[in-house]
Amino acid sequence: MSFRLSYRADPGNPWFSWQYVRDNSDTILAAVREHASLTGRAVLIAVLIALPLSVLAYWVRPLAGPILAVSGVVYTIPSLALFAFIAPYLGTGATTVLVGLVLYALLLIVRNVVAGLNQVPPEVREAAEGMGYGRWRRLFRIDLPLALPGIVTGVRLATVSTVALVTVGVLVGHGGLGQLIFAGFQNNLYKAEIMTAALLCVALAVVLDLLLILVARLVTPWSTRRAR
Amino acid sequence: MTVAENPIGQAITWINDPLNWTNPGGMLDRLGEHLTISALAVALGCLVAWPLGLWLGHLGRGGGLVVLISNATLAIPTLALLTILPVVFASGFGKTPVVVALAVFAVPPLLANAYTGVRQVDPEARDAARGMGLSGGQLLRRVELPLAVPYLAAGFRTAAVQVIATAALASFVNGGGLGQIIRTGFGIGIAAGGGQIVAGGVLVAGLALLAEVVLGGVERLVTPKPLRRGRQRLGRPRAADATGSA
Repeated sequence: MSFRLSYRADPGNPWFSWQYVRDNSDTILAAVREHASLTGRAVLIAVLIALPLSVLAYWVRPLAGPILAVSGVVYTIPSLALFAFIAPYLGTGATTVLVGLVLYALLLIVRNVVAGLNQVPPEVREAAEGMGYGRWRRLFRIDLPLALPGIVTGVRLATVSTVALVTVGVLVGHGGLGQLIFAGFQNNLYKAEIMTAALLCVALAVVLDLLLILVARLVTPWSTRRAR
Repeated sequence: MTVAENPIGQAITWINDPLNWTNPGGMLDRLGEHLTISALAVALGCLVAWPLGLWLGHLGRGGGLVVLISNATLAIPTLALLTILPVVFASGFGKTPVVVALAVFAVPPLLANAYTGVRQVDPEARDAARGMGLSGGQLLRRVELPLAVPYLAAGFRTAAVQVIATAALASFVNGGGLGQIIRTGFGIGIAAGGGQIVAGGVLVAGLALLAEVVLGGVERLVTPKPLRRGRQRLGRPRAADATGSA
């Protein structure tokens, strides 16, 4: 990626300049695209791994403790260190960033889904068993739908923190908007570049969060009905 | 894409070289920087967040504000704040902007726990203190504050671990710290610097886990026995937790 330095014409180094946005729209769009695609892929993969893992922790009680404990320890490892562990094996590609992001998102989702599943009232579970529901049918018809609020909370938290975390990918050259922030820092603190990228980062987090709230409304129509 | 031969073996070799410990910019230097930056940031965060959180909790107002601050900081990329603050301070690259940026991320857990700590005080204890003629300030100092100590400790642990983790990113803005070892390793290239990269990662992760364990012990020590079991860690909102990874 190349960054054209349009600020030389403007000695003021303002906090925000449309001139910069216009002149660098291609670079900015490419960064947003990389950022959004890394976030989307990471959260999607994390959900696909987290759901079976959570169900396992829910069904096999003795596994719940270890699963959550290991997640806690991995979660305490700083992102920079995690990328440092992965990079020597996977190289400096986008894969390294993706694996790190998935690991962090995984923990947030598992924690919340397990909490959501454990909140299913025992009476409901017993009633389902009394009605002759088997283990799998109960999971899909009773447990998971009732745990949806927890699942949604986990996915939302994972998405928002992943958006912020992608920027650390600068370490291996795939940081999405983080690339712009870092480039701006190196271009003698080019404020417009730093600010534009930072604002887009926050905006991306907000937009994705709102989208997820909307999806949550659609898949859990009963929650809004009850609220009214 | 270059992949190192055996990064773990290289890392052990790197750590075993005494010069890598004592050189200028070696492990001991970087560890000192890391701890200094983190300690200053946590202290600054406590100075701001604790009085505010205790006061808001005492008034029973501002719960919405606490949640808002937690959520807002969750969405702000650490890197953005680290690069923007040196501009704001106009002091260039000194330690101050890094410390302030890290303190911003320490505030949400400290604030939320201070607030919850005061709010969870049994209303009857509060009424009894009022009935004994304690003024608002006395009530806060002699009843609410002691009862909130376990929560303050929980917040302190979360904030400190988070700051120690985030301080590794200070290396991006040449702020020093253990992250610098990892960055230097990447500077050399993965083939040659793979060992140094992994060694830096071990140091950063080890320090964060050590802080978690030690401060967890401190938290247990200051929590009165009857409160240790069954107390939900209400004051540790997921939102504040999540920022720890950035």
